[in-house]
Amino acid sequence: MLHDYGHVGLLLVIALVFPFIAIGASYVIHPRRPSAEKSLPYECGVDTVGSTWVQFRASYFLYALIFVVFDIETIFLYLWAVEYQQMGLFAFIEMFVFLAILVAGLIYAWKKGALEWK
Amino acid sequence: MGKPMQEVTGLFTIATVLRKLLNQYLPNPQWVDMVITLVNIGAIFTLISLSAVVLVYVERKVSAYMQMRVGPNRVGPWGTLQTVADMIKLMSKEDIMPDGADKWLWILAPVLLFIPAAAVYAIFPFDHQAIFADLNIGIFYFIAVSSQATLPFLMAGWASNSKYALVGGMRTVAQMLSYEIPLVFSILGVIMLTGSLRMSDIVAAQQQVWFVAVQPLAFVIFVIAATAESNRAPFDLVESESELVAGPFTEYSGMRWALFFLAEYANLFAASAIGVTLFLGGWQGPWLPGWLWFMLKTALMIFIFMWLRWTFPRPRVDQLMAFGWKVLLPLALVNVLITGIGMQTVKYFR
Repeated sequence: MLHDYGHVGLLLVIALVFPFIAIGASYVIHPRRPSAEKSLPYECGVDTVGSTWVQFRASYFLYALIFVVFDIETIFLYLWAVEYQQMGLFAFIEMFVFLAILVAGLIYAWKKGALEWK
Repeated sequence: MGKPMQEVTGLFTIATVLRKLLNQYLPNPQWVDMVITLVNIGAIFTLISLSAVVLVYVERKVSAYMQMRVGPNRVGPWGTLQTVADMIKLMSKEDIMPDGADKWLWILAPVLLFIPAAAVYAIFPFDHQAIFADLNIGIFYFIAVSSQATLPFLMAGWASNSKYALVGGMRTVAQMLSYEIPLVFSILGVIMLTGSLRMSDIVAAQQQVWFVAVQPLAFVIFVIAATAESNRAPFDLVESESELVAGPFTEYSGMRWALFFLAEYANLFAASAIGVTLFLGGWQGPWLPGWLWFMLKTALMIFIFMWLRWTFPRPRVDQLMAFGWKVLLPLALVNVLITGIGMQTVKYFR
């Protein structure tokens, strides 16, 4: 098993090197004619006004919060799903408990308006 | 009649022949293992690069015929060398970094996007026993690794110092997070039926019936969520051309931009391959060798994704979010419930 993960590790290392080789190959042949106009941020030809890095609306943050809740539930559900066939009635009842918790969370978020794009 | 032919042309047989050949020249088995692993990695990267080149051409042709056009037809026979020419062009393009960009984040973003796109290829069962690493957590590895793609999009959007890029980056995060939940839940039904996360077990469990027949709802949810996860139209709000220029990629040019493109097509192939493995029986099929079946089914899935892209208009952001959380997620939960009750019922009557 560890052997397999070693292979995956090797694949990851090569996946890290591959883009650098591609960029390096391009670096050798591409032209370099920098100018002040060229390196301006693109905004359809109009000069950009003010700072780009501004505060962002809260609705993005709410979605991220709900995501975390559901994602952690999912990790539990995966373990349960693998054992579902062996565990019989216990897993069957467990399913209703799990789904009830999830649905309760979803209804709560829904009612609170966290799923609305404002 | 069918079986022997399939086995002779199978990837496992080829690997065995190669192993025997290497045994004659290399001093010990560890070396042979190492060389085989490197050959496998080489094959994966060839597949990624080649599939990007082919898929860009195919996408342009498919879109052209869907819109009553001809598509690329100048470079090479039927325009087949168009993408090769495009690749050479991208290689020789100037590399421009925008003023005031966050340098390291900006440089790392395309690289970090490519790593998960390539890493998921480790767990695809291309043929009988032809799987780079048959991890015991197989499908979980896919979900974990592929969800890493969210961060580079945000990095690219944030670091570019461009307002279009920033809005695109923020949208990516919201969209990919929201559609990951239905995607993960749609896979859950398959795992309940298989009782294992290992990819080879999932394929083996579909020997009699493909899971698309038992889990049709999950398949539909999977296709929709996977389209959103790979940021393809109709869910391409990330780079919606008509409003955000190119989203997080706006300030990238040349090879760096090509890496984003490469990752996008690698993800398209990956989503299709996972769909095939989970729902369409993987490499299994009569007469033809397994890897050919795998490729044919994957091609069919890719065509479905392209079909969706060129048929449906893009929704608004609020519609996108509402659809993900209020339609797909409850449907996915219902699917898990039906699967659980169904399995108990079948067991009861047996």
